[in-house]
Amino acid sequence: MTISAPADSRTGTRVYADYGRPFWMRLLLTREMAVIVALILVIVIASLEVRRFGTTTTLGFLLLDVAPILMIALPMTLVIMMGEIDLSVASTLGLSSVLLGILTQAGWPVPVAIVACLVMGLVAGLINGLLVTVVGLPSLAVTIGTLALYRGIAVGLLGTTAVTSFPAFWTGLAQSKFGSTGIPVAMVLVVALIVVFVALLHFTPFGRGIVAIGFSTETAHFSGVHVNRTKVVAFMLTGLIAALAGIYWTFRYGSARGDNAMGLELSVIAAVLLGGVSIFGGKGAIHGVIAGVLLIGVLQSALRLANVSSDVINIITGALLILSVLSPRFLSWFRSLRFRRATPEKQKQ
Amino acid sequence: MSPSTPTRRHGARAVALVAGVAAIAILATGCSSSASTDTSTGAAASGSGDKNYAITFLPKNLGNAYFDTSDKGGSKAITEFGGTYAEVGPATAAADAQVSFINTLTQQGVGAIIISADDPTAIGSALNEARAAGTKVVTFDSDTDPQYRDLYINQATADGIAKIEVDLITKQIGDTGEVAILSASANATNQNAWIETMKKELAANHPNVTLVDTVYGNDDDQTSFDKTAALLQSHPNLKGIISPTTVGIAAAARYLQTSQYKGKVALTGLGTPNQMRDYVNDGTVTAFALWNPADLGYLAAFGAKALIDGTITGKEGDKFTAGALGEFTVGKDATVLLGEPFTFTKENIADFNF
Repeated sequence: MTISAPADSRTGTRVYADYGRPFWMRLLLTREMAVIVALILVIVIASLEVRRFGTTTTLGFLLLDVAPILMIALPMTLVIMMGEIDLSVASTLGLSSVLLGILTQAGWPVPVAIVACLVMGLVAGLINGLLVTVVGLPSLAVTIGTLALYRGIAVGLLGTTAVTSFPAFWTGLAQSKFGSTGIPVAMVLVVALIVVFVALLHFTPFGRGIVAIGFSTETAHFSGVHVNRTKVVAFMLTGLIAALAGIYWTFRYGSARGDNAMGLELSVIAAVLLGGVSIFGGKGAIHGVIAGVLLIGVLQSALRLANVSSDVINIITGALLILSVLSPRFLSWFRSLRFRRATPEKQKQ
Repeated sequence: MSPSTPTRRHGARAVALVAGVAAIAILATGCSSSASTDTSTGAAASGSGDKNYAITFLPKNLGNAYFDTSDKGGSKAITEFGGTYAEVGPATAAADAQVSFINTLTQQGVGAIIISADDPTAIGSALNEARAAGTKVVTFDSDTDPQYRDLYINQATADGIAKIEVDLITKQIGDTGEVAILSASANATNQNAWIETMKKELAANHPNVTLVDTVYGNDDDQTSFDKTAALLQSHPNLKGIISPTTVGIAAAARYLQTSQYKGKVALTGLGTPNQMRDYVNDGTVTAFALWNPADLGYLAAFGAKALIDGTITGKEGDKFTAGALGEFTVGKDATVLLGEPFTFTKENIADFNF
């Protein structure tokens, strides 16, 4: 095609143009920054337009709601950046919740029960990881299977009953806020996790290995990255954090149920993708994911506060996600159109 | 892929993404201002006088015919006393989803939340936060632990249900002969409590009626259908069946409708009008019972008003008037009983849609 050749040369000049820009400008033009700007925009508009949105109460409720999604989105970012996916997280969360309920009911001290839940999460992740790497199955198939399996065990263990008696200290920890700031105490845990995962993804060989695997598994392998080991560790991390989120969930609602957080995996994955992580792997950053989670959370909270019905909220959130996934495609199409119009004149000269 | 591609795309992508989000945000707030004109205005400035009569129904889930009926009853009551009615709720029944809605209503400062709880405890702390902010909490249809709400509107008691079932069946069979029960599962607590009370009621007031068998359909349509068939074969003199479960009564009616027993064996129990409409209209079933959800919502709304007014606090013995339904007294554990179950017959079934 005649179009492709000049298009490539044009790409070349754009590269130099981009790298010629100062660092701050390149930083400003990233996908992550776009999500952050969008988040700020939505917050500003909501504060101005939606009555009672700009309060510490809103902040508190909002953070309590997004905390589990935010937690799980961190390891999920690692998994998706490798070009894999983990659909079993919400089921692991439910299983962890049930286990916590059963163990505390059986008289185990809460800290010991928590450790047991975390170990369970690691094992659940290990199973996913081994099936993906050693057995060599696609992670989509594996985790669809474990999504059903872990949820089945969770619901099977407690049936339709719920364990609701937990020590007030622990439920208080998950529900209380720092004075009048509205910031939940649980955010300390979330912020600590964010710091750990930012360091892990962006400042360690393990993190660079993940990016490399996402770009090309073969290249990563021949460059000395332990592909299978990295993948198993990443799946174990999602399992561990999902179990941790399950503990938070149980204490926050004071209720251990097999059907806790049903469907949460979709919110997590949606937020990660919205945050600029490529579903094909290799591209993404933690700060974008955090902005993505908060963007969905703020939007939903503002819409609810404005008495928009849940159906409309679902439509808006869905449309936003499609739009964010479509926008690169749409842009390249738009650019090629613009380019096609520009080429004939160039050829005349 | 050349390393340039990501960077090159970023600039234009960023602009488009922001534009898209902005468009959605503006659209959303546009929705909000139109939505708030009919629902949320009352939340801030309250309805009539100095009382905050902004009352919101929070059913287990939206798009459920039962709650549509009950909330419509609530809306009618709220219109009668000049308050602001609203209904919000999750698309699917889940306690965690209800919490977000309770939180939102707390922020909006509504006068009262009338909720059917998806979980007796999971929404507890959210409800307590709402109450701390001055919002009254009324549960209906499905209760929370008593510590989390101001009032519970109970649709029916075990005694009331057992009594009306016995009354209906004995009337239909002429107060003499054999009857059987088609229950849900053998360990369903509520079913067993009703059956026990029915037995006592039969023994005490209907000496010529004998309960010959109790079978269990496990709330499964096919099992209930088969159990009905077996019941009729093993008891040739059977004159009536009581099925205190909506699944059971519908399956039994389906069997009777096409069998030789239609019109000969009476059937009653707890059912919903939409399930039972055809069987009532063609004479397979004469009468069955359930509470009237519209009345339940109506009473709940007046209960909320009485709490907002301060006429009642939820103390045992408190009295309030619920419009056309008359006067009600608060019972133990801040519970108000709607009354006896409602009997559906050919004459009134057309008035209901749930």
